[in-house]
Amino acid sequence: MADIPLNECCYRLNHLDQSWDIDVYMANGGYEVWKKVLAGEITPQEIIDEVKTSNIRGRGGAGFPTGLKWSFMNRHAPGPKYILCNSDEGEPGTFKDRDILRYNPHQLVEGMMIAGYVIGASAGYNYIRGEFWQPYKRFDNAVKQAYEAGLLGKNILGSGWDFDLYTHLGAGAYICGEETALIESIEGKKGQPRFKPPFPASYGLYGKPTTINNTETLASIPMILAKGGKWFADLGVPGAGGTKIYAVSGHVEKPGNYEVRMGTPFKDLLALAGGVWKGRKLKAVIPGGSSTAVLPAEKAMAMNMDYDSIAKAGSFLGAGSVIIMDETTDMVKALERLTWFYYEESCGQCTPCREGTGWMYRVVHRIRTGKGRPEDIEMLKDVSGKIMGRVICGLGDAASIPVASFLEHFEPEFRHYIEHGCSIYDRA
Amino acid sequence: MSEKQYQVIKGEVKERIDRWIAQYPEDQRQSAVMPALRIVQEVNGGYLTRELMDEVADYLGMPPIAVYEVATFYSMYEHKPVGRYKICMCTNISCMLRDADDLVAYLQEKLGVGIGEVTPDGKFSIKKVECLGACGEAPVAMIGKEYYGNLTRERLDELLDSLE
Ligand SMILES: Cc1cc2nc3c(=O)[nH]c(=O)nc-3n(C[C@H](O)[C@H](O)[C@H](O)COP(=O)(O)O)c2cc1C
Ligand code: SF4
Ligand code: FES
Repeated sequence: MADIPLNECCYRLNHLDQSWDIDVYMANGGYEVWKKVLAGEITPQEIIDEVKTSNIRGRGGAGFPTGLKWSFMNRHAPGPKYILCNSDEGEPGTFKDRDILRYNPHQLVEGMMIAGYVIGASAGYNYIRGEFWQPYKRFDNAVKQAYEAGLLGKNILGSGWDFDLYTHLGAGAYICGEETALIESIEGKKGQPRFKPPFPASYGLYGKPTTINNTETLASIPMILAKGGKWFADLGVPGAGGTKIYAVSGHVEKPGNYEVRMGTPFKDLLALAGGVWKGRKLKAVIPGGSSTAVLPAEKAMAMNMDYDSIAKAGSFLGAGSVIIMDETTDMVKALERLTWFYYEESCGQCTPCREGTGWMYRVVHRIRTGKGRPEDIEMLKDVSGKIMGRVICGLGDAASIPVASFLEHFEPEFRHYIEHGCSIYDRA
Repeated sequence: MSEKQYQVIKGEVKERIDRWIAQYPEDQRQSAVMPALRIVQEVNGGYLTRELMDEVADYLGMPPIAVYEVATFYSMYEHKPVGRYKICMCTNISCMLRDADDLVAYLQEKLGVGIGEVTPDGKFSIKKVECLGACGEAPVAMIGKEYYGNLTRERLDELLDSLE
């Protein structure tokens, strides 16, 4: 394995003692960009151009180019506007934002300040999932320190610019990671996604123009501006710049977060994570979180960790949440668990999602418990196909993708269950 | 305006809720419904009652039904008593791959209660939860405000013994 550079962006301070403290952050160049912005040394348009040059794509899962997203906002439009950070981190397999909140919260604070300034927002909320109490305390403390240092509040450093930063804590609902559900949740409602359009850029929080970005996206911004968009772009591949945090979990020796360069070969990432545990062989990989298609070992071993390469292998980079499954994994059981998750988390507004997720779970469950029927496989394919594209938000698609991809690559295991009432690993 | 008397939203509890209210625009008090429910649930020993939800509704100027909707939508709100230690076991994919199901079965056996039940002494209850966003330390449990990762049967034993 070649020498792989680690932690060049969001995790650059994580190894330091008290890395979450403002003194440590400032001793390492922290808030320098913010001060330059306030001093008028770099204009909002220049920031957007730099972010476009960086080729950063949203790290929340959809991969939308951040510079383009920011350019949809009219910073001079009258009235309040909002910048929201999405720290809901609920996609199974994903745990990268938690370590930004815990170990480098100031870089996120600075990213939110800069984004707010660019889009003309004088207030921002970081939506942190309710279970993340300790990460929330770290972030909240960083915000307090930034206020004390005069970097937040009214007329910051005499610039005439106001910016207030708050946290909203969730209370357990995966769907609130969907951007419009997140907005509803801050408004004190159930987290049910809105129809789009209108998009948040025109009608967002409290009906005001709003930009939403993921934690990792926003925490990357100060580094992009400190070192230049080109620096960031060059770390990555032509279609997507920068580093990317890959959260590696499941059957590996050293599960954890690995911030490496976009385009790192999957096999190197696997080696970084200590390889498949217990000396076993790799069977399958979910490369981008539970909502992305599972891939068999051969395809995964041949791909690189960037959008294009993973798409060519038949999946999606998503949030970069790499779930490793060894040769003993019962794929029917794994899919049963995933279908249960989407069934539990569907907000229930759209009939195909509400009913379809329940159907898919019940059918996979009956296969796994030995009661499957030969026609069940076709039924699963049919139901999953009928949800996609017929619903309000991405959860419906996210629920269908595992079903379709597990069947595409591991159908014989499902057939074995149907014929023998047990997994291919059970010796009768 | 005369100060309304509330059973629970008074004193320190009121101050805590008011701090959350202050961070939303003045005409958006209902934005504080989630923190308000969390706080009243906490002071009520970990679960909500109709009276508590009604009080939150009144305090925030919301229709009670809107508060019930929120309180039943999010999984961290409870509507019946829980143990002093509510053990939330993640059973999602990454934890499942590292034997979370075995731990859930072990816990039930050890404590002699099923999912959603409270031990007779009121100390523990068990809940299965979705991914806690800490899969690098799978299998993971959340108890109160803390996460406990890399769990095994032995570590669970030690952990439960260490809780007062
Ligand atoms: C069901 C669902 C769950 C999502 N969960 C998250 C999440 O936990 N965190 C996140 O940043 N984005 C999540 N997203 C994506 C957001 O809707 C949105 O695209 C993202 O926050 C935008 O930020 P980005 O452009 O910086 O990636 C989710 C989307 C869907 C459909
Ligand atoms: S697709 Fe599912 S989760 Fe999304 S809005 Fe419709 S019912 Fe809700
Ligand atoms: S799957 Fe258990 S913490 Fe993510």
